[in-house]
Amino acid sequence: MNALANWFDDRTGYRAYLHETLYERIPGGARWRYVWGSTLVFTFVVQMITGLFLWMSYSPSSQTAWESVYYIQYEMQFGWLLRGLHHFTAQAMIVLLALHFMQIVIDGAYKAPREVNFWLGLILMQIVLGLSLTGYLLPWDQKGYWATQVATKLSTMVPVFGPQIQRLVVGGPNYGHHTLTRFFALHAGVLPTLLIGLLGLHLYVFRRHGITAKDPNRAPETTFWPDQVLRDAVACLGVLTVVLLLIFWKAPQYSGELSQLAADGRLGDVFGAELGAPADPTEPYAAARPEWYFLFLFQFLKFFKGEYEVYGAIYIPGGVMLFMFLMPFIGRWKLGHRFNLAYMGVLILGAAALTWMAVEEDRTKDEYKAAVADAHMKSERIRELIQGRQGVGYDGAVALLRSDPKTHGPHLFAVKCASCHRYNGHNGMDVVVEDPATASDLGNFGTREWVRGFITDPAGEDYFGATAEGSYNGEPLGERFTEGEMAFWAEENIGNMTKREIDAVVEFLIAQSGREFAPPIDEELVAEGRDFFENGTDNAQGCIDCHAVTPLGEEEQLGDTGLAPRLTGYASEAWLRDFIGHPGAEHNYGERNAMPEFGDQLSEQQLDLLARFLTKNWYEPPTETTEVVVEE
Amino acid sequence: MGGIVGLVPLATGVAVFLDPLRTRKKKGGGGDDGFIKVATLEELPTGKPPQRFAVIDDRVDAWNMFPQEPVGAVYLSRSADDDVQALCVICPHAGCSVDFDPSRNVFQCPCHNSSFKLSGEIHNEDSPAARGMDTLEVEIKNDNEVWVKYQQFRPGTAEKIAEA
Repeated sequence: MNALANWFDDRTGYRAYLHETLYERIPGGARWRYVWGSTLVFTFVVQMITGLFLWMSYSPSSQTAWESVYYIQYEMQFGWLLRGLHHFTAQAMIVLLALHFMQIVIDGAYKAPREVNFWLGLILMQIVLGLSLTGYLLPWDQKGYWATQVATKLSTMVPVFGPQIQRLVVGGPNYGHHTLTRFFALHAGVLPTLLIGLLGLHLYVFRRHGITAKDPNRAPETTFWPDQVLRDAVACLGVLTVVLLLIFWKAPQYSGELSQLAADGRLGDVFGAELGAPADPTEPYAAARPEWYFLFLFQFLKFFKGEYEVYGAIYIPGGVMLFMFLMPFIGRWKLGHRFNLAYMGVLILGAAALTWMAVEEDRTKDEYKAAVADAHMKSERIRELIQGRQGVGYDGAVALLRSDPKTHGPHLFAVKCASCHRYNGHNGMDVVVEDPATASDLGNFGTREWVRGFITDPAGEDYFGATAEGSYNGEPLGERFTEGEMAFWAEENIGNMTKREIDAVVEFLIAQSGREFAPPIDEELVAEGRDFFENGTDNAQGCIDCHAVTPLGEEEQLGDTGLAPRLTGYASEAWLRDFIGHPGAEHNYGERNAMPEFGDQLSEQQLDLLARFLTKNWYEPPTETTEVVVEE
Repeated sequence: MGGIVGLVPLATGVAVFLDPLRTRKKKGGGGDDGFIKVATLEELPTGKPPQRFAVIDDRVDAWNMFPQEPVGAVYLSRSADDDVQALCVICPHAGCSVDFDPSRNVFQCPCHNSSFKLSGEIHNEDSPAARGMDTLEVEIKNDNEVWVKYQQFRPGTAEKIAEA
């Protein structure tokens, strides 16, 4: 063994190198305050390892970035742990960086002859911050996407080449594939390579001058191994423990369910780093904030009005940073070291105060909380949708979310319908509109209760009654509907119908949509309803005199179109799409129409979304109870 | 000699890297004049608060082209028959998307608290924005179609500088 080691040493000289590495002198003895540099090297190694493995599963493009991170977090075994380690170690690195910097300044380790090493450290700090900034975008979720947009927009303010810099970083005029490929190349290629090179230099120069012992006579001189190595190892273990605690801090809330989650392979639902809803360029995120350690810069920007913004965004932060490079020279003067200490203290306290202000302001802001809650809802919903269809389509997660009526229907209804209609009394998004409604409430449209309510009292306030206050093309509608043909029919005939007859018409009408109801459609009633629709009774007039219908499953149309809306497929998605698109068509309201033609305003996709929202046709994950039923 | 050997690959790489600086001829829909149909006058009752409309155009993202997708948004409001005002939703301060707060009747940016009047001018002197919201050119075509020349402007400057 020894012979082999000798042979190897003869060819490489490793013993001398090892000796130099391990037996570095530490005057004044090993101390806890020297551990920060080592913990930084340790965290960087953790980032290299976890980052390399994340790289094996990550795909940088605007249609695959979020999706691949989703897959790592929720589908791959221990993916959540790998992501959690990378995410929280990055946060730890920032804290350790601050501690290392403070120790260096307090101990005066920046002074001659160590100026160059201090500068190397400052550059390394910039690189680590650059890694944080680029890494924040890579999951391509709403939070990272919108926060990083602000950061890159601000780069247009850099003097002279600002707009060009911004374009090169973004990879074009807008965020997209090339933003991700560039950020990823920076994050995983350029910056780590620079970091490794400069870290090597940093350590080399550090060894050249040795450690800066604040108090060399404190204890007998020792060597790096084993005294300081032990302390460094304990500190690294401490850092790792904190990172693991951050990954698992939600565990107590889920203590009962953990074994079940683990059995289902769903620990990623609870543990590790957050993954927001996929980035949607058409849906600005009102709670876009940078990572917590950049919040002070975000808050700082609020204080610079008008044209002075560039001072808050570029000049002052840049100046503060450049000034740090002068610390070694300032430290030469008699009071210089004290000045440097004060400068660092002011910076740290200032940053802490600004961070606190930013957090405090958001904590009390309703819009902020609403946006966070909305994003949280969407990130849960997209998971349901992906699990429901067992994977994402080629057009990506955001397309899946955009076509989900449960998520996007309410907003579309609020924007396009709620200026006249209501949805169970509100605007679709649980907001009660101040102005009175001028058209029917569509919350339960097409259900038994809605149809019964309508045919028994068409002029009721949730139906045509609301139109009395409405107008169309500037003309008040007045009694066009409240005392129209339908209202007249109800007044004349409803009183002469038995409950069974009314139930039958309702059943026949709702059956036309082909939708599913609980309780299910009663075919016997439908047949009776069809008979009433066509023939009426001795006491009551049927529907066919105004409405035409081709009953579901039949080929021949009953009645003629033209007097009132055709009811073929009534309240089905196809009927709704046609009706919303062209309410003024002859087979709908014709000349009596008082509703805007949305065929011109809405895309096919929006019409589809709205029709599916109104018929409540969206994916719901199977609940526990249905599973039990299936098993029985 | 050694320098040249290193220079060839480096210069080639840098040339490709600088590609985004090249201005490409804009592909995509809309009119040749840059105007895009955003709404109809029916959707814009006079004297009502501003409404947000998506700007739909062909969206190009490197090798992808997505026909007719939302590429941005504008606030439209109509003060008289054919007097329509269009404001870009992007905050002139740092580029966040500005919300409209109907309870106070002002535009409010959720990031750094800039607020703007209905006309787009700066509302509150505490607003950090250097200029008011960016107005966009509007044309009424075919009697009732509202066409907007959709542009984005550089944030943080007092004057409006269109981004290429």
